[in-house]
Amino acid sequence: MTLSQPGKWEKYFWPVLTAGIFLVFWHYAVIASKSNVFPGPWKVLGGAQELMRKGVLIGYIRDSLSRVGVGYGLAMLLGVPFGLTLGWYPAASQVVNPVIQMMRPISPLAWIPVAIVLFGVGNTSAVFLIFLASFFPIVVASMNGVRNVPSMYRRAGRNFGLSPGKLLAKVVFPAALPQIIVGLRIALGIAWLVVVAAEMLAVDSGLGYLVIDARNSGNRYDLVIAAMIMIGVIGLALDLIFRRLEQIKSIRWGFRLEA
Amino acid sequence: MSPWVRIRPALFILALLGIWHFAVVSQQNRILPTPWETVTGIIELMQRGLLIKYIVASLFRVTWGFVGAALLAIPLGLAVGWFRRTEMAFNPLIQILRPISPLAWIPISILWFGVGDVAAIYLIFLASFLPLMMTGINAVGGIPQVYINAGRNFGLSGARLVIRVLYPAVVPQLIIGLRITLGIAWLVVVAAEMIAVNSGLGFLIVDARNAGNRYDLVVAGMVMIGMIGLMLDTLMRSLEKSRALRWGYSED
Amino acid sequence: MTEEKVKTPAAKAVKTKLRATGINKTFKRDGTETSVLENVELEVAQGEFLCLLGPSGCGKSTLLNICAGFLSPTTGTVTIDGEPVTGPDPRRIFVFQERGVFPWLTVEGNIAFGLAKLSKAEQAERIAHYIKMVGLQGFEKAYPQELSGGMKQRLEVARALAVNPDMLFLDEPFGALDSITRLIMRGELLRIWEAERKTIIFVTHDIEEAVQLADRVVVMSARPATIQTIVEIDIEHPRDISSPRYLELRDGIFNEIGLAHKI
Repeated sequence: MTLSQPGKWEKYFWPVLTAGIFLVFWHYAVIASKSNVFPGPWKVLGGAQELMRKGVLIGYIRDSLSRVGVGYGLAMLLGVPFGLTLGWYPAASQVVNPVIQMMRPISPLAWIPVAIVLFGVGNTSAVFLIFLASFFPIVVASMNGVRNVPSMYRRAGRNFGLSPGKLLAKVVFPAALPQIIVGLRIALGIAWLVVVAAEMLAVDSGLGYLVIDARNSGNRYDLVIAAMIMIGVIGLALDLIFRRLEQIKSIRWGFRLEA
Repeated sequence: MSPWVRIRPALFILALLGIWHFAVVSQQNRILPTPWETVTGIIELMQRGLLIKYIVASLFRVTWGFVGAALLAIPLGLAVGWFRRTEMAFNPLIQILRPISPLAWIPISILWFGVGDVAAIYLIFLASFLPLMMTGINAVGGIPQVYINAGRNFGLSGARLVIRVLYPAVVPQLIIGLRITLGIAWLVVVAAEMIAVNSGLGFLIVDARNAGNRYDLVVAGMVMIGMIGLMLDTLMRSLEKSRALRWGYSED
Repeated sequence: MTEEKVKTPAAKAVKTKLRATGINKTFKRDGTETSVLENVELEVAQGEFLCLLGPSGCGKSTLLNICAGFLSPTTGTVTIDGEPVTGPDPRRIFVFQERGVFPWLTVEGNIAFGLAKLSKAEQAERIAHYIKMVGLQGFEKAYPQELSGGMKQRLEVARALAVNPDMLFLDEPFGALDSITRLIMRGELLRIWEAERKTIIFVTHDIEEAVQLADRVVVMSARPATIQTIVEIDIEHPRDISSPRYLELRDGIFNEIGLAHKI
């Protein structure tokens, strides 16, 4: 607390320092353990280059992203309006909410056998799993978003003579938006977590498949870790896009902590 | 509430079960079970003693992985969050590691710990560690300065400031973080059990399918997973309702 | 307030309680420096009630935080009883509007917060005494979220008084209260001050409030804040707020700040 305000250079200095220490530690830990299976950072870099050269990396990234895109996109298109409706009509949510609460804690991966029966092994199954995994969090966030809109705003809107449709579009939706966006971001994180798992079990392409395949076909742990790092980097990028959205001024008010 | 209003959710569930039943029955070569077959599946599992055994196995893994992660990650997160510079130092590393699906660690955990309980516990530990550490960091960062100032004004510093001001100020946020993370841990244990061990509810699902397409047991397993997940969530939420903590969740 | 109150001599104690000399404060943000306080010199006597008055955001709160030891000045020193201020101290308590009450403690728990060193019996006695003084009887076990803004404010004052400090810093303590509660709270504060004669520094942007309460009103200019003038309020308590002297002093300050007192 008594320390001075960090300078600008420190914003880069400290992260680079930790990352450096981490890599050095990793390097020497591998050497010290005399493991010939677990790779050091250099071998992982080599593995990543190999994947790039063979051109599989881009293809797998595209596969994973397109599965998330379709499954998550569908969940968003259906989940947000559904959640808004439930939030808008308390009677509807009273009826539907218990079912949602019961479905939600079922691990999306537990659906894998059912997905395979319904859609066979392949892309559709994976997309279905991602849809399931993101649908419920999005519905719940949208529903709570509408419910938590202060009644003051609704009254103000009605006072200015807005019709129910306009009230929803101009007052309730913008007021609920910050919470909805938080829900969407969390759901995207879950979708990214699930796509990797689904690809390990149900399909034969994508980054999750790469992880399991690199291990099964010849214990190529350098490729396993290279794939894991790609998963981390892409997940981070997706998260950052959403955080950008949260920074937009007309949305940001919802995130400001009141002092 | 009128009786009609109170009964509506139950009627809706009944309607869904009816749709499920007739959708299954209308198939020619039906693989998926009807709701009733699912119930008999659960009863069969209970009679064979598998249900309790698998539930205990899953909960055992979640407990060790989750509690271990909580004990390490929360104090670490609180310590890192207290200093601006350590937060700067760790944040990028955490942000990159966090979106790595815990399941992607399966090959590594099998390499290190072999197929078995320890590998599964390690995966749950990993899945819980970073979210909990982030919770700790954010919780410390979110303490209003006015509480710290008031504490110092009454002559507190060091350990006593931590115990009497910082700790109570972060508890509500920590409990929210613990609840969300427990949900993730529950999701991961099922997946880990599908791949890395041969007991537990996740294993039940995969095994019932592979050994003879017993889809009634698959769905029975799913229902149990849902019910226990709901129970864990309710348990954590009941903590949030305790009177001394409720202030942290008020909307005003 | 009783009618036949013995007239106390105007609080012009000889002994200096707090002395601020050559206070400057600049904040650095995004590479630019902003000067908030310029060359502030201030003396506060033992047992005095002093108001810092100025427009919102002028830096009077910063000055108060420096006096309390939460901020250190860029240059200059503050001494209390001759000792330099290096940090906060339980002998002088800062009251932060109602935001400083701890939401995780009950009314009793909040008042007991600074009393850890006392025996249980003594604690109970102090708690009961101050709960009665601020009129929170019946709410001993309540949590702050169950209290109104005014009650939270009184709770924070009670918590401050319970440790028996010899100085109080109040930062716009009644700003968030409705006007009726605010009037009552001013009366309460004066009653407590007259009974216990703590040295009080009170920050406000409300001219009427300053003139009703203070022995001296320190009028501060807009940022960077300097002391524009110090007005002595030579009216005995209880003050008649329609007396010619009150109006004269009040309008003098209005003029000083550059506002004609007309709407």
